[in-house]
Amino acid sequence: MNKKISRTALAGMAAALLASASLALPAQAANLRLAWAQDATGLDPHAQTAFSSLRLLELIYEPLVRHDSALDVVPAVAESWEFSDDGQTLTFKIDPNAKFSDGAQVTSEDVKASFERLLDEATGAAARSNFLSIASIDAPDPATVVFNLSQPDAPLLVAMASINAAVVPAKAVTEGTVATTALGSGPFVLDSWEPNSREQLSVNAHWAGGDIAYDGITISVLPDETAILASLRAGQTDFALINDPLVATLVPNEPNLQLNAVPGLAYNVLQLNPSRAPMDKLQVRQAISCAVDRQDVLDTALVGEGKVTGPLTMPAYASDPSTLFCYEQDIEKAKALMAEAGVDGFSVKVIAATGEPPVASAEAQVLQSQLAEIGIKLEIELMELNVYVDRWLAGDFDMAVAQNGGRADPYPMYNRYFTKAGNLVKVSNFTDDEIDSLLQQGRVETDIAKRKEIFAQFEARLTELAPWVWLSTSNTYTAQLKTLSGFEPSATGTLFSLTKVTLGQ
Amino acid sequence: MPYLARRLLTFPLILIGVSLLVFFSIRMIPGDAITAMLGTESGLLTPVQRQALAEYFGIDQPVLVQYGRWLSGVMQGDLGLSVTHGRPVLTIILERFPLTLELALLSMVIALGIGVPAGVLAATQSERPSDVTVRIIAMLGQSTPGFVVGLVIIYVLSVYFGFVPTMGSFVPIWVDPLANLAQLIFPAITLGFAFAASVTRISRASMLDVLSDDYVRTARAKGVPKLSVVWHHALPNALIPVVTLSGVEFGYLLGGAVIVEQIFALPGLGRLTLEAIGQRDYALVQGCVLFIAFNFLIVNLLVDLAYAALDPRIRLGAR
Repeated sequence: MNKKISRTALAGMAAALLASASLALPAQAANLRLAWAQDATGLDPHAQTAFSSLRLLELIYEPLVRHDSALDVVPAVAESWEFSDDGQTLTFKIDPNAKFSDGAQVTSEDVKASFERLLDEATGAAARSNFLSIASIDAPDPATVVFNLSQPDAPLLVAMASINAAVVPAKAVTEGTVATTALGSGPFVLDSWEPNSREQLSVNAHWAGGDIAYDGITISVLPDETAILASLRAGQTDFALINDPLVATLVPNEPNLQLNAVPGLAYNVLQLNPSRAPMDKLQVRQAISCAVDRQDVLDTALVGEGKVTGPLTMPAYASDPSTLFCYEQDIEKAKALMAEAGVDGFSVKVIAATGEPPVASAEAQVLQSQLAEIGIKLEIELMELNVYVDRWLAGDFDMAVAQNGGRADPYPMYNRYFTKAGNLVKVSNFTDDEIDSLLQQGRVETDIAKRKEIFAQFEARLTELAPWVWLSTSNTYTAQLKTLSGFEPSATGTLFSLTKVTLGQ
Repeated sequence: MPYLARRLLTFPLILIGVSLLVFFSIRMIPGDAITAMLGTESGLLTPVQRQALAEYFGIDQPVLVQYGRWLSGVMQGDLGLSVTHGRPVLTIILERFPLTLELALLSMVIALGIGVPAGVLAATQSERPSDVTVRIIAMLGQSTPGFVVGLVIIYVLSVYFGFVPTMGSFVPIWVDPLANLAQLIFPAITLGFAFAASVTRISRASMLDVLSDDYVRTARAKGVPKLSVVWHHALPNALIPVVTLSGVEFGYLLGGAVIVEQIFALPGLGRLTLEAIGQRDYALVQGCVLFIAFNFLIVNLLVDLAYAALDPRIRLGAR
């Protein structure tokens, strides 16, 4: 009896000790636990283009300007900017509070060095093509930077809102350490990175954007998205990026989770190759466009997660899809067009990448069944992403199911494919005088209303010529615990508004 | 020449063969580090830009020159630099290896711990209900893919128990043994489940063979208790095929269990290799494959040595 009591007492004391010990522990750093399936592929903000890399680098670096969630251009490192009347110079005033995470002031020399690095071909920056109108850069005083342009370039400001135009320290440029040190003026500092495993970020005490309600972000790479969902469900992850619409649709079933879905700027498209017969015939391409039921592709392959779209996905410029050529499926018209072209059914191969996007093979299958109705036999070639990219860049396909990146401005989004000097004309294999001229007009026009008019014509003409069959946007998803508040999703996919998040309990 | 020395001498030859194969085949598949990094955006690069990146990734030289350089590095113990990680390949591999090794050992323990007794039981109870039950479970285990078992485990744990093991990064056993076990036990069960099934089937078949051997009958006739006959006389000989099977499986597991690592988000060798291939990180792919091949050779050698220990009739290197 005695023994029993003393044992209970001991156990009680032990428990009390343990409890007090845990109370006495120093307060743990409050970290936001983020998970994603695809890790960043590198740290050079000028050279990286992978989705996750951009999302990571947006937390570490800042461009001169950035997009807010309505895609308007707002200040970042620059506090104000002005185009000259002739549209040939663009002047920025730098925020006097902007500092790099080592405490050094951000100056006009840093901006100059950053853009010169971006424009240097040795950097290998794919985004360089958006900045070719920059003829020279002046830094008259530490807080002013002037871009002298070779021609008016209205979309330049939008291009500068990308993290690919991040301001890096001039010192890192001369020392050649940009790709390795990740020293930026953004809200967070990268403490450690184990590729394909985890990243640790802590708050940048020198950030000019104000206080952040927690101490840092831990990013875990969980390659299987059902595992991400499990981790959210168990409360081990606070916030996650989701790519697969099938996984995303499961999130709202969970009482403690919230799904944030925003139609992204990227578009799903069936690219035809107009340099190959019979897609060289306008009527055949139009017949394909008429035979496709875009809503059905969206509902079946993307489980309805997205929106039917024309070529322009940014809300400020997008036309109502129902006004575009053959956006309502019309099999009779399609058959008539085929007959007019003198083509009586044919077989083609369509290439698609496995898992990139996750819906590619499902889209290909729906398109296969739809096009079969007008006698077109699609043979689907599924391949690994790099193999696909190789074939795609060489224009070596009859048709391709693709998800192409969007931009907040129509010109940088399509000049690469559809202007005569575009870098990717060999991918589109398609040029048209009017399309070319509309894009050039849109580039130099600074009046917003006139630009909208120009790009509406562009969109109508492009869908009518049907070099490609635009299908839908996809949603960009994030999932989070409901206890988290303050996140504003953006069509660009940026996670920048994590800076406004509070973790809750 | 002693057997061991002769076996060890073949190692460099085999490894050179493996390295040639992986070096050239990884370069034969379309795409390179540039397309892997930039995807379709790589089409925006000018030739000068492309050249600059090719130099950065070390893929601007002719393939034979690249191989020569790499091989001379390997001879000096330098497996090269990973372009995605920006660190030496060997360092990365050695960081990932403890997880893979521990996972392989743990699944072996599970598989042998369940498989051998179950096989012996089934053999001694041949054609009785317990034998049939064991065989049905074994059949199920062998035919259920690992990803199904893994996903079911994760689903059950997270939905019914509100628990998922730490994922994403590895907690080494010397840092937190409990968290380490929590992290690895379910992946190990996933891997061990299928493997236990094959062990069961092999040990059952082999046990049945041995039990009908003359020396077993003699032992029984001399009045040795049944249990002692099974465990002391029959089992050691019945284990030889199990050792072969386990050796092959263990060597295979040391190469990383890609699917289980993927599902449980474990940064092991398998995922490292797969990701390196996806990112066309040539040095890392070569390093991983070479390392895996080397492990396989060692495990095979140990298995052969184990035969001799288990069965004195086998004399290694005898002519």
